[in-house]
Amino acid sequence: MPTDNFPNDHLSSGAARKDVSAAGDTSQPRVPDPGAGENKSMHECRTALQLVPHEAGAAKPDPIVVVNGIRRTFGGLTAVDVEHLEIQRGVITALIGPNGAGKTTFFNLLTGFDQPDAGSWSFDGAPLKGKAAYKVARLGMVRTFQLTRVLSKLTVLENMRMGATGQRGERLWAAALPALWRAQERDITDRARDLLKRFKLDAKEADFAGSLSGGQRKLLEMARALMVEPKLVMLDEPMAGVNPALKQSLLGHVKSLRDQGMSVLFVEHDMDMVREISDWVVVMAQGKVIAEGPPTSIMSDERVIDAYLGARHDTDISELERVIQVEHTHDHAEQRADREVPR
Amino acid sequence: MDIIGALTGALHDGFGYLAVSFCLAAIGLNIQFGYAGLVNFGQAAFLSVGGYVMGAAIATSGVPTVLAILLAIAFTVALALILGIPTLRLRADYLAIVTIAAAEILRLVFGTSFRTYFHGKDGVTGFTAGFRSLNPLPNYDGFFLTYSREELWTVMVGWGLVIMISLLTWALMRSPWGRVLRGIREDEDAMRSLGKNVYGYKIQALILGGVVGCVGGFVGAFGAASVQADTFNLDFTFIALTMLILGGAARVLGPVVGAVMFWAILSFLGSVLTQLASYPVVAQFMNADQASTIRLMLVGLVLMLLMIYRPQGIFGDRREIALDAH
Repeated sequence: MPTDNFPNDHLSSGAARKDVSAAGDTSQPRVPDPGAGENKSMHECRTALQLVPHEAGAAKPDPIVVVNGIRRTFGGLTAVDVEHLEIQRGVITALIGPNGAGKTTFFNLLTGFDQPDAGSWSFDGAPLKGKAAYKVARLGMVRTFQLTRVLSKLTVLENMRMGATGQRGERLWAAALPALWRAQERDITDRARDLLKRFKLDAKEADFAGSLSGGQRKLLEMARALMVEPKLVMLDEPMAGVNPALKQSLLGHVKSLRDQGMSVLFVEHDMDMVREISDWVVVMAQGKVIAEGPPTSIMSDERVIDAYLGARHDTDISELERVIQVEHTHDHAEQRADREVPR
Repeated sequence: MDIIGALTGALHDGFGYLAVSFCLAAIGLNIQFGYAGLVNFGQAAFLSVGGYVMGAAIATSGVPTVLAILLAIAFTVALALILGIPTLRLRADYLAIVTIAAAEILRLVFGTSFRTYFHGKDGVTGFTAGFRSLNPLPNYDGFFLTYSREELWTVMVGWGLVIMISLLTWALMRSPWGRVLRGIREDEDAMRSLGKNVYGYKIQALILGGVVGCVGGFVGAFGAASVQADTFNLDFTFIALTMLILGGAARVLGPVVGAVMFWAILSFLGSVLTQLASYPVVAQFMNADQASTIRLMLVGLVLMLLMIYRPQGIFGDRREIALDAH
């Protein structure tokens, strides 16, 4: 598993990056070229990060999301407790951390799918506290889900059309009068077909979304999110359950989002992907942001390695074996006790 | 044996006012359950509010028929809001529980309380004059499927309403609004992530389905010339749901064909079995009383076979059912 060895092979990451980006470029369908000026400002966005200190809660030159003191508890468990976090505009930010670090909960809080116990956060200058999830999406902060959520019994094209916002025909009083929404529907369909072509799903247009494979569903979900015309795309484990061939094309798609001027925040366990495409990495552990920085430096960070491998990961191996031995015999004793309980 | 008589009876019942009333109830359920995925186990409540409010307003206060109908629709909208606002933010089960309870509460209230308006077990009568005065039919009873003049008028108006409401449903469900409803049925969270106000749409669907059911209550009330609380028991909603599944959920014609077939088959089996019971050979196994019970057993059997060999209903799409399998 890549998560197991990432702190050791960060030195070789340069070679890996070259490979992946080359593959990503070939598999990536042509996208409309963004304007040169936009390109330059994007470049500025990324170079601006070079001046940002590598510490948790560091201020960014042009943040799109600003989080202050968000806390969410489930009974006695504090799932998320983030003091301060800023997400830079126009770059790809990765959110990593061991299982149970609170990444998905944090995602849910930011997007309005869950409400925190305390704290405030803003998106593009607009405060989001108490805003319903659908309003957050309309503001341009669109998420995908860890387990893909396609609308199974709707066709692929219908799934795509659903993403468009501000549809006149979605109002009950206008729905029965097609003259009011037909032209808009045509535009939406054109846009949907263009995106489907880009994501190589155009041949599947008339199929039920429920008949797609796992990887195709991931693609559809991402394409559908783009129909909303987001400013910030939030991807929750985009690579989970995707085969290696499709991974390359997904990587290309994520990068193309940035190239079109969108900001991306993604949760991921696949360290190759994190290293390959992210401009900035935020590390969470036990609900807190413990480190931030560019991918190359973050993976050698002592706190990050500790969070993933445990603080005693470099203790003498014989000592660890003794600890495991003790736990093992303890387990056995427990099992025996279980078995002796009369049914 | 009088097969022709049994067939005529089947057509009479299959297209009668009661079938229309159930048909509209099932169309309402189709909007709520078939398209939006809302589980409403209390559709009977919407029909009872329609019948009772309209009937009592005319019979007690002499309100003109049109106004009474508008008043009943307003009450139905209010009922949908009362049931929907607290429950539609929660999981689907809560709406099911609340609607089933509301239907029973309303049935008991209508049947036992406010006797000056609802007349207890006798029910409300004496409200049809206004509706019947509009009847343009000449006075010759029984020329068509043995319907009386009044019955034929109710049935004609009823089927006119079914056609209009079906056309409206068709237009709505092919629009982006209908697409959002189907999307909500599939996955609410996905719809929220795409910026759709799921709660608002669910309330709209509940109201619309409830109002269509309320219209079914009007047809039932005018057809029977009375409104009685015990008509609106729990079986009512479940029979309407059965009709919907029989015809095919999320299809415009599903509830219509389902309701007609259900009543026609029930009526046909009833008259055939009753006639059979009059033969001494058969009477050894089944007397006339048992015939009506056996009729329901046979209908149950037909429904079971349908669900096994055609789970999508008569008009449904088999591929959609296949998607549920994995």
